[in-house]
Amino acid sequence: MSDQAYNFAYLDEGTKRMIRRAILKGIAVPGYQVPFASREMPMPYGWGTGGVQVTAAVLTPGDVLKVIDQGADDTTNAVSIRKFFQRTAGVATTERTNEATMIQTRHRIPETPLTGDQILVYQVPIPEPMRFLEPRETETRRIHALADYGLMQVRLYEDIARHGEIATSYAYPVEVAGRYVMDPSPIPKFDNPKLDDCPAIQLFGAGREQRIYALPPYTHVRSLDFEDHPFTASKADHACAICGSGTSYLDEVITDDAGGRMFVCSDTDYCAQNAKGGA
Amino acid sequence: MALLDASGGDIFREEEARMTSSSSKYPEPDGPLLSVRSVTKRYGARIGCEDISFDLWPGEVLGVVGESGSGKSTLLGCLSGQLRPDAGEVLFDTRDRGPVDTLRMSEPQRRHLARTDWAFVHQNPRDGLRMGVSAGGNVGERLMAGGARHYGRIREAASDWLGRVEIDTGRIDDRPRQFSGGMQQRLQIARNLVSGPRLAFMDEPTGGLDVSVQARLLDLLRGLVRDMGLSAVLVTHDLAVVRLLADRLIVMKDGRVVETGLTDQVLDDPQHDYTQLLVSSVLQV
Repeated sequence: MSDQAYNFAYLDEGTKRMIRRAILKGIAVPGYQVPFASREMPMPYGWGTGGVQVTAAVLTPGDVLKVIDQGADDTTNAVSIRKFFQRTAGVATTERTNEATMIQTRHRIPETPLTGDQILVYQVPIPEPMRFLEPRETETRRIHALADYGLMQVRLYEDIARHGEIATSYAYPVEVAGRYVMDPSPIPKFDNPKLDDCPAIQLFGAGREQRIYALPPYTHVRSLDFEDHPFTASKADHACAICGSGTSYLDEVITDDAGGRMFVCSDTDYCAQNAKGGA
Repeated sequence: MALLDASGGDIFREEEARMTSSSSKYPEPDGPLLSVRSVTKRYGARIGCEDISFDLWPGEVLGVVGESGSGKSTLLGCLSGQLRPDAGEVLFDTRDRGPVDTLRMSEPQRRHLARTDWAFVHQNPRDGLRMGVSAGGNVGERLMAGGARHYGRIREAASDWLGRVEIDTGRIDDRPRQFSGGMQQRLQIARNLVSGPRLAFMDEPTGGLDVSVQARLLDLLRGLVRDMGLSAVLVTHDLAVVRLLADRLIVMKDGRVVETGLTDQVLDDPQHDYTQLLVSSVLQV
């Protein structure tokens, strides 16, 4: 099988240019959903086609790529996307957060703080935060254009009315730079504070929905809430069973059929470094 | 164009003076709340409504009657900013800037007006409610759009308004689809009036409800209009509804106004052929 048939990073240069234009517009208007002509990728929709296209468009031969899925480097989605770029771009890959220059992620932000030399690419299933409240895209676009976000607050109101607290625990809506309301992709709300004032560039790609949006470095990102029900970043009230960290986001793992369970870090790299003693 | 003023000039002015001075709760108005000047809307070569002019004063309810296709709903759409008329002016007396032509306002300004000072009650509550959102959320949406960010106070206001439209406050977390037609309509009214609007547009608010439910709804509307000093433009083909609610009446046919006057006068002593036909067509029980 000849890998030479591919252009660098799979996409042709014309497509990359189109995607880069959308990214630049997204960075210029933080939180605004820029439409782009999403391509058919050699993986099904819902497997990160948006993130892959964004990564392909900004990847350079000198980059070191890390791919995580729910924080883990070794799950199917992460492994296959990493292999995809190893093969089509020949770039170096890593599992270490602080060695990577590009990180493509599904539903997590790494525990290790990001730096200004890094780009974080999110895979986004549904870019429109009001999708399930207002099905008309024409209307949601008007709401964004006029910053008429009462409806977004209704979603949180409904949460409190039904559950006694804001029960949205992932894809928690945020307001970007005091203007656009944005869906941060299904990251746990524990990660929301990491969006704010982040030194790294954060890019969001939704392949099926054909939207790209972005957060430039050091953008103010505020999680929506009520005065009497303020936003709280929550996690399971345990320490990691492997590395003992009490501050990282935990996955609950069922260990047997008798109700046995353990809590472990969802960020595998952070957990491994922490277990070795010092990340 | 045949425009007959059944009231005759003097009686009309006296009546108006009596109406406004009797409601001493509210200050004497300086001018009309809504001034409509020669509003015309065409659909291609066909006329939607043509050359409609009237004044609506604070606290007044204006009924618009006419058969289907006479341009009632088109007129209402033009007044409430949902349709763009081809010609004319719609001057609304805003709280901060006095009379402003709403047709020349920017979209955000008009939207702001539509969710603060205006109310729009649709014939079908499904058009005016969010069916997937609880009753409390429906009522609270306007408050949240206006910047309210205190859950407790929003909920308090919502439950207060549910009480005022006679919906059991225990159903605050139920969705509108679990409500009966009459309850949905009352919820729609609460959702609209929670922001304390000064002008309500109502498009057949009692259409499709059975008569006993209609009667309660009319009673409720009458009370709310009186208590809040609300002005309203009420579009209907039901003459009994305007008899009960409207102070003044406009009769439309083929997109034009054929007769205006005080409700009782128009209904008891119709002058125009069409109005006579309309009044005599009402079924007697």
